[in-house]
Amino acid sequence: MKVLTGKKDRNRNRFNDKLKDRLFLILCLLTTVFGLVILSALITFTFVEAAAWLDWQFLTSPPSRFPEKAGIYPALVGSIYTIALVGLFTLPLGVSAALFLEEYSGRSRIAKIIEINISNLAAVPSIVYGLLGLGIFVSKLNMKPGIIIVGAFTLTLLILPVVIVASQEAIRAVPYSLREASYGLGATKWQTIRGIVLPSAMPGILTGTILALSRAIGETAPLIMIGAASSIFSAPKDFFSPFSAMPMQIFVWTDMPRNEFLHGVAPAGVVVLLAVMLSMNAFAIFLRNRYQKKLRG
Amino acid sequence: MKRRYITLAVLLTTSLLFLGCIQSGTSENKGAQPEKAESRLSGEVRVAGSSTVYLISTAMAEEFSKLYPDVIISVQSTGTGGGFKNFFIVGKTDINGASRPIKQSELDAAKENGVEPLEFTVAYDGLSVIVNPEANWVDCMSIEHLREIWKPDTIVKKWSDIDESWPEKEIRLYGPTSASGTFDFFTKVVVGEERASRSDYHGTEEDNTIIQAVARDKYAMGYLGMAYYLENKDMIKAIKIKNPEGVCTEPSIESVKSGEYRPLARPLFIYVNKESLKDAAVREFVRFYLENLDSEIIEEIGYVSVSKETKEENLKEFNDALKELGVQ
Amino acid sequence: MKVRDLKERLIKYLLFFSALLTVAVTFGIILTLIFDSIEFFSKVSFLEFFMGTRWSPTIKPVSFGVLPLVAGTLMVTFGSAMIAIPCGLLAAIYLSEYASEGVRAILKPALEVLAGIPTVVYGFFAFVYITPLLQKIFPDISAYNALAASIVVGIMIIPIVSSISEDALRAVPKTLREAGYALGANKVKVIWSIVVPSGLSGIVASFILGISRAIGETMAVTIAAGRLPRLVNPLNPADWFEPIETMTAAMVEIGMSDVSGQSIEYKSLFAIGLTLFAMTLILNMVSYYVKMRFREVYR
Repeated sequence: MKVLTGKKDRNRNRFNDKLKDRLFLILCLLTTVFGLVILSALITFTFVEAAAWLDWQFLTSPPSRFPEKAGIYPALVGSIYTIALVGLFTLPLGVSAALFLEEYSGRSRIAKIIEINISNLAAVPSIVYGLLGLGIFVSKLNMKPGIIIVGAFTLTLLILPVVIVASQEAIRAVPYSLREASYGLGATKWQTIRGIVLPSAMPGILTGTILALSRAIGETAPLIMIGAASSIFSAPKDFFSPFSAMPMQIFVWTDMPRNEFLHGVAPAGVVVLLAVMLSMNAFAIFLRNRYQKKLRG
Repeated sequence: MKRRYITLAVLLTTSLLFLGCIQSGTSENKGAQPEKAESRLSGEVRVAGSSTVYLISTAMAEEFSKLYPDVIISVQSTGTGGGFKNFFIVGKTDINGASRPIKQSELDAAKENGVEPLEFTVAYDGLSVIVNPEANWVDCMSIEHLREIWKPDTIVKKWSDIDESWPEKEIRLYGPTSASGTFDFFTKVVVGEERASRSDYHGTEEDNTIIQAVARDKYAMGYLGMAYYLENKDMIKAIKIKNPEGVCTEPSIESVKSGEYRPLARPLFIYVNKESLKDAAVREFVRFYLENLDSEIIEEIGYVSVSKETKEENLKEFNDALKELGVQ
Repeated sequence: MKVRDLKERLIKYLLFFSALLTVAVTFGIILTLIFDSIEFFSKVSFLEFFMGTRWSPTIKPVSFGVLPLVAGTLMVTFGSAMIAIPCGLLAAIYLSEYASEGVRAILKPALEVLAGIPTVVYGFFAFVYITPLLQKIFPDISAYNALAASIVVGIMIIPIVSSISEDALRAVPKTLREAGYALGANKVKVIWSIVVPSGLSGIVASFILGISRAIGETMAVTIAAGRLPRLVNPLNPADWFEPIETMTAAMVEIGMSDVSGQSIEYKSLFAIGLTLFAMTLILNMVSYYVKMRFREVYR
């Protein structure tokens, strides 16, 4: 560090310092918003190009080789059915695991191992989960590739770590005093969990789960690996039907050379996907805010 | 607290029901009602195979779905060979599109697995070699030229390696992978040996990728089925091929029909698993497919439709197979 | 009494098994990858796979050298790190040292949005908007190129770097900063000489995690970077304008064309997957280790 000497030095240094401070601040600010600015520009382009193509017909039609007739309906339904199943599977599994880790195991070694394992799983690339789904569900268990239930199983495994961690935090947030009160009244552990801890933690758990689901709905690679179709014209009938999902449909449309697809149909698909994700996120946040007030009050 | 779970469950169920309503709503509003309204045909048809035939199969699937919205048809573009080996022969698909005839080895493997393939000729294609519209230095090429570029031990890296007057820029090559019937056909006819090709090119089963790449890249070259070229004529240019008579011919429906576009003209097939015809959905789809082969659909896609005789032959083979199976 | 105890026990075990499921998943991943890779390596030697410089699974002469794919992956990783590391770090510094609470409350979630956009959408952005823009600046650039993909992946991982670095910076006690000011240093000096070095473990951990994420990135590179496996050199500018193929793109390509599991290309899918998994796992463990080991404890 420079050692300050005479008065002249001190004044000059102070000015330089102020200038450096200013410049650095501006640099930091610019780089911080850099990514945001670019993303906003990209999203704006997308919306502008999608505007003319996004209408009721787009939402309710199947894809077509004619861009004007193309629609996202089967993919939309496929996505929603799949995500509904994923939510159904992941919520009980995730909450159970989180409950075990928070309420039953304490700081035991096995809990530590499980927790480290979970944080490793959360960082595994999603395509590897696709391989897992392919290797186990399609190959070993001989399930048909490309059907909703296989996709749902695979995506469940993908977001399970996230749901567990979110649930853990929600459960942890329940004040110990509440538990103590329950024990004091003579309740067993499970009665306490069912009656006090879970209900209080539920909003947080649901929020975390919905956010995780919103991430799952945008996943493409695992679905490709388990054989989801690239061209499907009807919405899935049941959970054993072959299906396509919105991100897959966008992927296929990005491959079509005609400009109407690249600059019309695909952006419209992107907008629908983002809209669905946004609504899910908004719903999650709404839930959290609403029930947080209730807890406090 | 229980109330909250119930509300959530109710919300979820109602939204699913709502979706179900939209689905049946739209399929009723789609106009063409199936003639036998009481027996709503339903089931699954699985199609894979050639990316060249993919365009025909998806068009057929799209039109068929309008009549029978409860039939789920999935079409995958995997390449002819890939489709046979990995899907059709092992019984995972009902129909395999092929841009070359089935090989004896594939036939034997199918028999071993109890799959009896029925062959139907569905269209004629003029395999097209494409370049960027701004590639104004090249207009017509001979098969020998193409062989120089695509043969396995080629030394050609730049356009100027073929003709000194051409630019000294690297040729960026795009084409199908060796799972593709187009690959098999092209290598057999151009290089002279089936499946012998240089390997340093961008290989893909998605022909649209080839179109995209060539359209955006001045020095690119690719080859694929004619329909993809005709569909995107405003974005790419097809090279005229010098036919055996020495005439530079451009690929088009007329030139393939007249026989002028040679040697890159070829028939396109679908192979149907005979057992699958027992399923009503597959049966009706194949029937629809074969009956519509002389409609405008084929030429609209960009291939040459088969003659009336071929269509009759196809239908006869189809009906004979149905008789053998004991179904209608 | 006894029944109740039994019930409590039963519930405990049920919950335990749910938690154990996650361990089963890990085992599942490892076993699946290893078993199918073993089948692959019985036909293709380790040497050919890990040292081979040609990836040509179907076109003769067939070669299963994974190095071009690794090179492609590293290229995109390098490019995205060039964007994400400076932007992420400076963003973290800004949020931690300069921004007011109000600004922070807006910017922090805004940055999280960057990570929330699905990768297929980023691929769409790269191919439909960024590449044409690049083509206007560099007319010779190919339709599929490494640069466009690197840009979007870089933007995608900025929040990983910024969020974790910011946590690390905020953990540095105020007293240290105040000591710096007392000695007459200006803000910039304090930041770079005191705060950043103190939070270095967390910052480096964030870099490593960001890189790990970039390595596993699939759809953006599949759509925008191409499917031409080449042994590329990130330091050669011309290589950025050409198509490449990453490990993940190769996996998608194989996965889209073969789901039945008989061919050797199918098995190679798992060999690449194993390599990918190993790379990200090692990076994640290193990041965890760096964070734990070099953390300065301030209490």
